[in-house]
Amino acid sequence: MSAPSREFDVESIRSDFPILTRMLDPDTPMIYLDGGATSQRPRQVIDAEVAYLRSDNAAVKRGAHRMAGFATDAYESARERIGDFLGAPSPDEVVLTKNATEALNLVAYSLGNGDASTPARLRVREGDEILVTEMEHHANLVPWQELARRTGARLRWIPVTDDFSLDLTDLDSLVTERTKVIAFTHQSNVLGTVNPVATLVEAAHAVGALTVLDAAQSAPHMPFDVAALGVDFVALSGHKMLGPTGIGVLWGRYELLAAMPPFLTGGSMIELVHMDHSTFAEPPARFEAGTPPISQAVGLAAACDYLDALGMERIAAHEQALTQQALTGLAAIDGVRIIGPAASPSRTGAVAFDIAGRHPHDVGQVLDSLGLEVRVGHHCAWPLHRRYGVHGTTRASFSVHTTAAEVDALVAGVAHTIDFFGSFS
Amino acid sequence: MSSQLSSLYTELVIEHDKRPLHAGLREPFDTEVHHVNPTCGDEITLRLRLAEGGERIEDISYDAVGCAMSRASASMMADLLIGRTLEEVAPAQDHMEAAMRSRGRLEGDEDLIGDSIALLGAAKFPARVKCVLMPWKAYQAALVEAQMLGA
Repeated sequence: MSAPSREFDVESIRSDFPILTRMLDPDTPMIYLDGGATSQRPRQVIDAEVAYLRSDNAAVKRGAHRMAGFATDAYESARERIGDFLGAPSPDEVVLTKNATEALNLVAYSLGNGDASTPARLRVREGDEILVTEMEHHANLVPWQELARRTGARLRWIPVTDDFSLDLTDLDSLVTERTKVIAFTHQSNVLGTVNPVATLVEAAHAVGALTVLDAAQSAPHMPFDVAALGVDFVALSGHKMLGPTGIGVLWGRYELLAAMPPFLTGGSMIELVHMDHSTFAEPPARFEAGTPPISQAVGLAAACDYLDALGMERIAAHEQALTQQALTGLAAIDGVRIIGPAASPSRTGAVAFDIAGRHPHDVGQVLDSLGLEVRVGHHCAWPLHRRYGVHGTTRASFSVHTTAAEVDALVAGVAHTIDFFGSFS
Repeated sequence: MSSQLSSLYTELVIEHDKRPLHAGLREPFDTEVHHVNPTCGDEITLRLRLAEGGERIEDISYDAVGCAMSRASASMMADLLIGRTLEEVAPAQDHMEAAMRSRGRLEGDEDLIGDSIALLGAAKFPARVKCVLMPWKAYQAALVEAQMLGA
């Protein structure tokens, strides 16, 4: 990974994000605290995508004309850049998808699509077990429920504790010889909890199970290195890491990808096609059916450049400081319950909270009137909310461009919200 | 504080949210439906009891989990509909739906929809239209089911 090449100066960072000058009302600046749902994009990302469209756009990997070559170069260079950002040993391990959800579905479907020629390790069947956690985003839960339903495998899950971390007490009995896959989130999109990847990888290795890491929330916010993490697959989303929508990434160990059957089929992923059967290309092409998201890949590569120039260590430190500030400020307000760990070093900058007696939609409505754009609801983690006895939460999430003053505004806004509803008799 | 916000959370809305009318699930009932708003997780279970050969609403009882707008809407709707004939109620339902989908262009007729007029501020907030209409959708589904049973 390249060394930071610019100073971490929030005001200068903010000037890169055109949308941050937007006013919601004539006297209400927009305070964007929803990077956990989708991040805003710096002009470097927007410009890279536009520049590609203005000068190099064509269909990739087909056609003899020079434009096809320019487009293919742009797409494959983007793949290399994204792989470099993730610490991937080879760009051939980087599959570009529509989003993190598709990346996770790719693995879940492929593991159910095998036949007698597929290595047993890469084939989930009746009697096998799939292990997930109670804190998964629906994107890393529902595809595994469906794989279990299609194959007759059993879905099991690691519960969470009252203090918002994974309960590993019974890990030994949850991970068995029948466990084929352990799929878990790197960082909860609600709690902000960072999970013990090494512990789960070790448990998986002991029984030969595959590990699938949902890194949609973590990769944009901390130093990230797939090789060091030791997992087998990683899924993430471009639009949560300052990049475009319409692009996600599946990183997978090459030897696994090379032995896996495809998920989506059609053009670009084949080797030979006959009327009655086909053979398939090597990875990553095998998993990229149809015309891929080309300009989005270019935009995501630019986002990787942008993040690396700032330095992931410094981004993490910046967001940690904001998280601590928010936790301290919110915890001091009567009636606010933080749904997530209190201490900052064990968590990242997604801060969910509950205001006693107030539905999060109502909370979000009042905060929005102050320009504070936060997420409300169950954040696609419905079982987790049930576990903690809340129907939904309000979540603020911090980004490279978030300032201490904005966090102060959030804390003041929450206090104001409580006063607002308290003012009714 | 924006004036739009105060048009949304009026005293009347908060009153219905805090002390909802006709809340709780009661016997007897003809049909029961359960509706969910998957984007926010709000839920309503609604029971409908018809009388007079299915021409009059004898009771609407419900259990609503949701924001102030959706809870107030259920309370106001039940209070408006209970005891009235289906013929009287149909225009109220049409009007409520039309007004909520008008993005604030339709002012609303209090004679038709009663207290629910206080919910029309939400029509300017596209994300909140579903909150207000969920109880009405549940009522409509319960009615369709009841009429199929009666047919």
